[in-house]
Amino acid sequence: MPQHIVIVGGGVGGTIVANLLARSLHRNEAEITLIDSTGKHAYMPGWLYMPFNHLSADSDQLIHPERDLLNHHANLVTGEVQQIDTQNRELRIRHSAGFDEIVGTGGASEAVYPYDYLVLATGARLEPSDLPGLVEGEGKWHHFYSAEASLRLREALNSFEGGRIVITVGGIPYRCPPAPLEFTFLLDEWLRKQGLRDRTEMHYLYPLPRVFPIETVAEVATPLLEERNVNYTIFFNTEAVDTERKIISSLEGEEIPYDLLVLVPPHRGAKVIEESGLGDEQGWLPTDRATLEVKGKPHIYALGDATDLPVSKSGSAAHFEAKVVAHRLIAEMHGEEPANGEANYDGEVMCFLETGQSKATQLVFNYEHPPHPPRPSLYYHMEKQLFNRAYWHLVPQGLV
Amino acid sequence: MPELTDITIDKEIDARGSFCPGPLMELIRGMKALPVGGVLAVLSSDPGSAKDIPAWIQKAKHEYIGAFPEQGYTRFVARKAH
Repeated sequence: MPQHIVIVGGGVGGTIVANLLARSLHRNEAEITLIDSTGKHAYMPGWLYMPFNHLSADSDQLIHPERDLLNHHANLVTGEVQQIDTQNRELRIRHSAGFDEIVGTGGASEAVYPYDYLVLATGARLEPSDLPGLVEGEGKWHHFYSAEASLRLREALNSFEGGRIVITVGGIPYRCPPAPLEFTFLLDEWLRKQGLRDRTEMHYLYPLPRVFPIETVAEVATPLLEERNVNYTIFFNTEAVDTERKIISSLEGEEIPYDLLVLVPPHRGAKVIEESGLGDEQGWLPTDRATLEVKGKPHIYALGDATDLPVSKSGSAAHFEAKVVAHRLIAEMHGEEPANGEANYDGEVMCFLETGQSKATQLVFNYEHPPHPPRPSLYYHMEKQLFNRAYWHLVPQGLV
Repeated sequence: MPELTDITIDKEIDARGSFCPGPLMELIRGMKALPVGGVLAVLSSDPGSAKDIPAWIQKAKHEYIGAFPEQGYTRFVARKAH
C-alpha cells in the first residue's frame, strides 16, 4: 500500500516539494497529493513591478495553472482545507468549483483526506483588520501585495499630481522584507520619469531602529535613501491609519500626514492553521529551525511563509527549505537516515534588492552569517529580471 | 539600577532563541497589550537587544528600568508610561 503524502499549499515551497517527491518516489510507495485553494500559482515578486508596468493580473509572467507546473505523478486537488486533524491524521476539505482532480470522493463538495505524512506550505495571509483604520478605509490606502492591489496602486499613481507619499509596513513579520525599500526606489525612479519628483515628498517609515531588519543591509540602503532625497523615520510602529484625515500614527506617538499611503498590510499565518490550533498567536507554525518538522507533531513538516522561523518570509527561503523537506521525507519513506549536508536547513536565503535606476544588489545569508550586499549594479538588476522570467521554467519544477 | 528582586513584573515574555528583530518586536507587542503603569520583562539571547531595546523605550517615552544579565541571556525590564 502506498503511503499518502499530502502537501497543503501550491506556492513555491509546496510545489517544489511535490515535484521532488514525485520524481524520487515510486507510485507503489507513495501517493502524492497537493491541495491548493485556487489551483493557480502566482509569482508574487512580480507584483512589486506592476504599479510601474503594463502587465495585466492574468499575465503569464505572473500566474500559471498549478497543474502545468506539477509532475504528473502528483495529484492536484483544488479546495480549501477547513481543518487539520493531527490526532486522526486527516484533513477536511471543501472543494472549490471547477476543481481539477478528485481523489476518491465521488464528486462530493466536502471530503476527508487521510494522510501518513503532511507538509504544511500554507503561506501567509493579509489581515488588514489587525491595524485600526485599514478595514474602514478600504480603497483609500494602497499596497502591492496582490495583483489586484498593485493594479489599484497603478491607477492611483497615474492620477497622482504631487504631494507626500508615505511608504511603510503595518507590522512585522511581512513577506519579502526588502519589498518596501525596493518599492521606494522604484517609485522614486518612476516619479522622476514622470516629471513629478520635484512636486513629491517621499517618506519611508520603518518600525525598527534602522531602515531594514539586518544591519549590513541597512548600511547599504540608508545612503541610497538619502541620495534619492527620501525622508525616513525609524522606530515608527504603525498604530492606526485615519484615511479621512490622511494621517498615519505610531505607537511612539508620532503623526504623519500623507496624500498617498502605501502600506504593507499586517500578515498572519493561514486561517486553517489558527483554526486547527496549530499556530502561535499570529498563526505561524512552531517549526524546528533545522529539520523543519512542526514541533511536537511527528510526520508533519512546515516550510515557507507558514513557519515561525527567524528568516525572511520569501520564496527564496521556501525554495531552500523545500529541498530539505523533500530529502527528509524521502529518507523517512525509505527507512534511512537523511544524508548529512542535505538533511538540515541552515537558514539559507538568496534574494535581490532592486535599488532603482536599473540597478540592484544581492543578499545571501543564513542563520549564522549576515549578508554583505555588493555595490548596486546593472548586473544584479539584469540577473533579477532574468530570474523573473526563468522562474517559471526552473523553480517550481525543482530543477534549481 | 534597582535590584531585580525589588521590582514587580506584571508580564514576562521569553524571546530567547529568536533573533533580530524578534525580541524587540516582542517587547513592542507586549507594551501595546500592557495597561499603563505595568511592568514588562523580555528575555533575550540576542546581543543586538542591548542596543535596540533601550533605544526603542527611550523613543517611545516609556520608563527603562534596566537590563539584568542571567546565564546566557538578559532580562530587559521596562514600565509602560503612557
